[in-house]
Amino acid sequence: MTTPDVKLYTLSTCSHCKSTKNLLNECRVAFHSVDIDLLTGEKRQALIDEVRQLNPNCTFPTIVIDGKVIVGFKENEIRKALGLS
Amino acid sequence: MNAEQLYEQLKKTQEPKGFYFNKDLALVMDLLKALLVNKERYGYMSCPCRLAQGDRKKDGDILCPCFYRGPDVTEFGSCYCALYVSRDWNEGRIPHVYVPERRPPEKMW
Repeated sequence: MTTPDVKLYTLSTCSHCKSTKNLLNECRVAFHSVDIDLLTGEKRQALIDEVRQLNPNCTFPTIVIDGKVIVGFKENEIRKALGLS
Repeated sequence: MNAEQLYEQLKKTQEPKGFYFNKDLALVMDLLKALLVNKERYGYMSCPCRLAQGDRKKDGDILCPCFYRGPDVTEFGSCYCALYVSRDWNEGRIPHVYVPERRPPEKMW
């Protein structure tokens, strides 16, 4: 199988974001994540706009797996999108 | 103030109101540390699982404990972060569901 393309939009302070990263690490899945609360200025606004496009509620974590958007730490949905169940 | 002190202080004030800390102590301590980070960052303990704007008026509903904790714990047994839960939730008498965001979208920009 191919390696899934995984991107996370997260907050450095958020328990659900941390759980998501932990799950991906346990499953040995590589991912790219950005902690939006650590950004400032134009970069922050650009990333917020990016999240809003994917998830109009602008909640965290916003997870994109091979183009599929999952909002929140929904473990079963994440595993399914990764092809793990 | 550190996370342990915050824990003792909040436990004393919140449990009599029916809001208990999640029995997952590691998660609770992470969230309390995060609240202290936000207090340092913004000047107030903004919700760790929501993005603050850094404006106390705009963030008023998500100062911890947030406006949504009460209805969320009533409906789901847990606040959005799973920091505060009901006794039944902690003792496994109600299922642990992922709490949806109750905050209205118009409050987030």
